[in-house]
This record gives sequence, C-alpha cells and structure tokens, in this order.
Amino acid sequence: MKDLTPQEMLRIDLHPPKTPWMDIPVKIKPGVYCYPAKPEKLEVVGMPHPHKWSPLDDDWGLPEDWKEIVLNGMRERLEKYRSFKIFMDICVRCGACADKCHFFLGSGDPKNMPVVRAELIRSVYRGEFTRAGRILGRLAGGRKLTEDVLKEIWYYMFQCTECRRCSLFCPYGIDTAEVTIIGRELINLLGLNINWIQEPVANCYETGNHLGLLPHTFKQNIEFMCMDIEEFVGIKIDPPFNRKGAEILFVTPSGDIFADPGIYTLSGYLMLFEHLGLDYTWSTYACEGGNFGFFTSMEMAQRLNAKIYHEAKRLGVKWILGGECGHMWRVVHQYMATFNGPADFLEEPVSPITGTKFENAKSTKMVHISEFTADLIKHNKLKLDKSRNDHLKVTFHDSCNPSRGMGMFEEPRYIIKNVCNNFYEMPENTIREQTFCCGSGAGLNAGENMEIRLRGGLPRANAVKYVHERFGVNMLACVCAIDRAVLPASMSYWVPEVKVAGVSELVGNALIMEGENERSVDLRGEPIPGRGEEEVSEDV
Amino acid sequence: MGLIVSLGAVLAIVVVAWIGGQVPGLQGLFGIVVPYVAFVTFLFGFMYKVVNWARSPVPFRIPTTGGQEFSLPWIKWSKLDNPSTTAGVVGRMALEILLFRSLFRNTRAEHRSGWLIYGPSKWLWLAALGFHYAFFTIAIRHLRLFTQPIPGLIEAIDKIDGMFQIGAPPIYITDVVFILAVGFLFCRRLFLPKVRYISLPADYFPLFLLLAIGTTGILMRFFFRVDIVNVKALAMGLASFHPVIPEGIGAIFFIHITLVSSLFAYFPFSKLMHMGGVFMSPTRNLANNSRMKMHINPWRTPPKFHTYEEYEEKYRDLMKDAGIPLERE
Repeated sequence: MKDLTPQEMLRIDLHPPKTPWMDIPVKIKPGVYCYPAKPEKLEVVGMPHPHKWSPLDDDWGLPEDWKEIVLNGMRERLEKYRSFKIFMDICVRCGACADKCHFFLGSGDPKNMPVVRAELIRSVYRGEFTRAGRILGRLAGGRKLTEDVLKEIWYYMFQCTECRRCSLFCPYGIDTAEVTIIGRELINLLGLNINWIQEPVANCYETGNHLGLLPHTFKQNIEFMCMDIEEFVGIKIDPPFNRKGAEILFVTPSGDIFADPGIYTLSGYLMLFEHLGLDYTWSTYACEGGNFGFFTSMEMAQRLNAKIYHEAKRLGVKWILGGECGHMWRVVHQYMATFNGPADFLEEPVSPITGTKFENAKSTKMVHISEFTADLIKHNKLKLDKSRNDHLKVTFHDSCNPSRGMGMFEEPRYIIKNVCNNFYEMPENTIREQTFCCGSGAGLNAGENMEIRLRGGLPRANAVKYVHERFGVNMLACVCAIDRAVLPASMSYWVPEVKVAGVSELVGNALIMEGENERSVDLRGEPIPGRGEEEVSEDV
Repeated sequence: MGLIVSLGAVLAIVVVAWIGGQVPGLQGLFGIVVPYVAFVTFLFGFMYKVVNWARSPVPFRIPTTGGQEFSLPWIKWSKLDNPSTTAGVVGRMALEILLFRSLFRNTRAEHRSGWLIYGPSKWLWLAALGFHYAFFTIAIRHLRLFTQPIPGLIEAIDKIDGMFQIGAPPIYITDVVFILAVGFLFCRRLFLPKVRYISLPADYFPLFLLLAIGTTGILMRFFFRVDIVNVKALAMGLASFHPVIPEGIGAIFFIHITLVSSLFAYFPFSKLMHMGGVFMSPTRNLANNSRMKMHINPWRTPPKFHTYEEYEEKYRDLMKDAGIPLERE
C-alpha cells in the first residue's frame, strides 16, 4: 500500500455494489486492520480472555462459549444504555449519514457508511433479540451471530473513530460512536482488542501515561523542553512536579511530552504559566489527559480517569486545568464527574489572573487551556507580538470531540486571531460542528493501518489543500494531541507544504515575556523570517 | 428481493381484504374486528416499546453539540444547537420534531477531479417534511368521520386542504403532497445506489403500504365512490363501541381500512417507532451542562484503579533520584 500515490488513492468509487451487504463476506486487509493486543497487556488490567491470535487466521482462538458471552454482553448493555436500545430500534435507513463519514468518503467501502456500520450490530440485535427477526430471519433484517459476523463487526468497529459527524446529521440523533463504543466493549469481552489501544491502556494504568514514561523520564522530558526554551527564548523555567498545595493541577495528554510537534505545544504551556507566575503543578502520577480506556470500555475509561481526581485530592489543589486534547475533553466534559465525581473537594474554578469564574466548569472543576487563555487575552493580560507568526498562514482544524461532544469553537479561534495575523477558515462544510476527523482518532493511530488512516484523513486534508492553494496556508493549528501526532503524516502525504501546530505553540511564539531575548527563532528553533538569523543557524 | 416480498405482502393484504369485503359474513371481520385488534395492538405495542426504552437508564450525558457551548460571557453561545438549559433543550427538540432540523443540515458529498465537494441537499428533508405533515393532516381530516357534530377545527382544516376547488369533489392538497412525497422516498430508495444498498424489506414494506393506503383513499373519493354516509355510520359505530356494518359499502373501503389497520398493527414492531424514539434520543434531548451540573449514573460502581500509594511504592527510588516529592521517604 505504501506505493499508492495520492492520485491512485483518490480513485474512489462511492457507488456500492448491487449485491446486498449481508451477502458480501468480510475480507480483512493489511493496511486497514490493526495488530491484536498482546496478552500481557490485557492481563495488567485484568481484562478477559487474553490470548495470542491473528486477524488473518481462520481461528481467532475464541472461548468455547464466545457467542453466549457476546449475546449476554449485548443484553446487559441494552439494559444499561437507553441510547443503545433506541439506536437499535429506530433507524429508518434514510441514508442521510451515508456520505458523512470520512472513512467512507476516503475508501468507498460501503460498509463504512455509518448506517451499515451500525447495521452490522443491529442485524444481530434483530436476528437474536427480536421475535420477528428470530422467526423471519433475513426478511426481518436479522442474522445470527456467527464467527464471520463477529469478524466483520471487529473489522469495522476499528474503522470508526467515534467522531460523531454522522450523528449530527441523523434526524434521530443516532450516534454511531455510541454503537462503536458498545461494539468495542463486546469485542473486549473476548480479548480481541487491538494492541495500539491496549498497550497505552496498560501503560496508563501502571505509569500514569500512555507512553509508559516512568516518573523521572516524564520529568526529564519536560525539563528538556525547558532547556530548549532557555536557548530559544532566553527564559529559564523550573516547572513544579507533584507539588502539594499548588492552586492548580495541570493535566495534558502525554503525547505533548513526547513527540514533535506536540512538544512545542508543551513549550507554549510552560512559557504561559511561567509568564503568569501561575501557582500550579504537574503530576507524574496523573500525567495523562488522554484516555485510551475510552476506546476500550466505559469501565476502563472510568478506571484511567479516576487518577486525575485522586491526585487533585492528594495534592490539595483548588481546580484542574487541562491541556489541548480531543477525546480527553469528551471524557472530561461529558463523563468525568459522572465517572468519578462529585469533585466536592475542589473549588469552583476561578482564574487567578483575571478573576473570571468559569461558570461552565463549576461542577467538574476542570477548565480547558483554550478557555483559560482566551479569557487572559480578552482581559489584556498577555503581551503579544503577532508578527512573530507572520511567516505562518494558519487554518484551524476543529477536533471532533471538542466540537461535537462539547462545542468549543470560538475560544481557539479567538486565540489564533490574537496571536497570528494570517488566519483562514477552511470551507464551512468541513469545520466547526461539521468538522472532519483527522482519520486516526479513537486509538486508530497505529502504523500498520496507514492506508485506512490516509484514506480517512482525506476529507480533512482535502479541505486543507483547498486553503493551501487558495490562500497559501502552511500551518494547520489544532487543539488535540492525536491531531498533532497523526496530521503530520496525513499532511505529508496529501498536502506536503503544510505543517501542524498546537494553538498553545502559536501563543508561545507570540508571547512577550519579561527578560526574553530578541526571539529570532520560534519555539521549534527555526529562524523567524525577517529577524536576522536566517543564515546563522546552519553554521553553528 | 426485499422489494418483491414487500410488494407481495401489501398486494396480499389488498386481495384478502377485497375478497373479505365482498363476503357478507366476513364484513364484520374486516370492518370491525381487524380495526379494533389493530388499534389495540398499536396502542399497547407503542406504550410497551416506549416504557421498555424508558426502563433503560441514561447513564451519561451525551448530547451531540451542534454549535458553540455556553462558555465565557463574551462568547456568543448557540442556545438551540448546543443548549445547556431545559428551555434550550425544549427549543432544540421542537426544531428537531417540527422542522427536522438535523435532516435540514444534509449535504451531498462528491469526488470531482481530486476534490471533495459538498453541496446542499434538501430534497430528502423537503419530502420527509411534506410526507409527515400531509399524513398528519390527513389523519386529522379523517376525524370528521368519527365525530358528530364535526368540530369546527376539523371542518376548517378540511376546507383549507381542499381550497383550490379543483375537481368535484375537490382535490385535497395533502393527498397530492402525500403521494408525491412517498413516491419520492420510494424512488430514492430504488434508484440511489447507496440508499438501495442499505434498504431492507422493512424499508420497502411501509412505503408500499402507505402508497396503497393513499391510492385506495383517492380511488374511493374520485373513482369508486363509496357511500360516505354509510362509511361514517361504520366509523361512528367503531368510535362509540357500538359497531355496525351498514349495507352497501364498497369493497374498496374494506381494502382501505384493512391497509390502515395493517399499518397500525405493524407500527410498534417496526422502524416507524422513530416517532416515539425521536423524543427520547439522548444525543438530542439532553442539555450540554455536564461540566456545570453533577449527573448520576444509576449503575455506577467505584473504579478499581492504580492508586497513588501503589504508584509511589512501585517507583519510589526512581522518583527520589529525580527529586520528585514523595509521601514517604
């Protein structure tokens, strides 16, 4: 697949075949599926049926009573989630969702139409749980749960990034993400998770972060970035770790601590907090905002999320500030307090700089860094030199979860417009609530499934390409660590001239700090054009 | 296959009712027993389904947010597409149920020489809205057969619906809209490859049923005229629980009423239950206030997680060497 050129990849036919989908057996393809979870990674968190298996084998090593396990699991979830029960019953198959999915638009695989993805499970629901389906079978749209059906469900549950774009367009609000979440829970009853999700889950459980950074490494990585900041900005920062009595606990996805370009977003946070003299702390224990448990099961999401409140309580902070991340914010915004609250040991968040009460976070007591920063800018608490970002023509990618599971659109735009002079929106059907997924969310940012990632990333990349060609856009800003991890690959394939940055990195570039140097390079150490250091960097 | 089976099923209903309506002894079955059974099935089936849904809790607040959330005071908040108050939710639901707000967003995506193009696509919305309002008005109009004296409102609706005075008796606007809209919905199912691919017998069957109901209704009014006085006597009898079968009601009437009965009886066991479900969809009927207000999951269990104490126990030496503060040295 690596050899497919963008032109070849673009030969996509959105016309499904005439054969009914139930008659087309699943074919699991390299480049699309992800490697199975290693048994030891399941054992760490006590998940059921750890075993070695391969998606390409006929025999998946299922337990003898696998069918019973799945059907009982379905029954249990029908009783636990009204959403699941209703979504199994009321779809009219109008097709409004069909061409809203990035995976369908990028692959043309008709089973990636959200309606069919849900029908994969709905057909089993009808065939096994409804009287009409049990008696009439296919005539009532029902089918029995067989190994082939299970494999098909597995294959397509891991081709959905739970982005909820389809649910926005559904006249009944049927949310495929909800179906996928429950579908994956069922898959996990049989030990069939993918390793790209399971290993971060195991790591996060033990070390506190997906990458498995041990406490000292976590600290060191942040200190490395402080050294960079000292070199590029001329400011020495000594960030606090596990400090009791701090006012604010800061939690961000560990991707920001680890890899380019997320680390520059980290630099942005560090500089902002230093500039403000913020009374805050990092934690090496609750050091992951992201939550791959959310891509495994609700229970696992809750177990990983529990650390944040647990640590906030131990450290005695007043409230929690969260970094830029997508699904982290869906979990924080829609689930966290219900999972592990009430957070009555914390106080309602108030910005110590502006005195602004964050009304919208008064129960969960966790504020988004973009909300925090936008408020600072609005109150003129930051001195900003926009021209330092003048070499950038910026567009903003709304991440799925903060868009459709929260509704944070204006804050990051307000920040960008205050730190950059050149900001251009992508076409309206591809931004805000209609935004397209990066193509690799919900734990699908592995290496082995690169073809489907690039295909899923096409609708986003295509819109970026449009503003690149029209306005010369060369920087894709975002507020999501997975975006920062995966969009560079998608961009280098589809629009190689465009780079990716977190919004806080752009803030860090523009931020005028007391005692800083003349800032001839940006946070990446690259010369800022027109600031006299163009040639110097190579010669050192 | 689904298409033919569904068509066959509806034709079978027509044939059975047609024959049944002409056998004097069976008129009571098709004119009285079948409608009663169907209505009771509908009523109890509908209630059972809704109660059954309601028995499953809503553990998490999962609204799909379609606009800017309630945030800082100077940021314009999208009160209807992203409501965080009950009033906002009522507004959002009203837009959804009365105007099909989400369907109105519909777009059509196409690949055109390397570009993905999204065009507006309102036909589905228009046909869906047209069909539902026409059907609703037709149902209201039919109440004139079940009431004596006929309430003014129903008379008025009847008058407005026939206001163009075309033909004798006048053609109803809603009849035309109904047939056109259902016809459109049927055609897109048949001719749009994506929609055809996802269509099941359960999608064709209600469309055929509706078309048959509409057609027999129109035939009765314009071509095979039935004695409206007798039809009304039968309807009044049903409504007052003193059912009678008057003489001389045409066979077409029995076909019509049997088709309608089939629709009623089929309703609770089918996708048509979206009528009830749309009110209860957790992605639409919840306020986006989960960071503002504590919500309880009734089946929550406390999580088993790796506590800080266990963490420090495991990594104490590493933490100590790195100068990270500890609970116990």
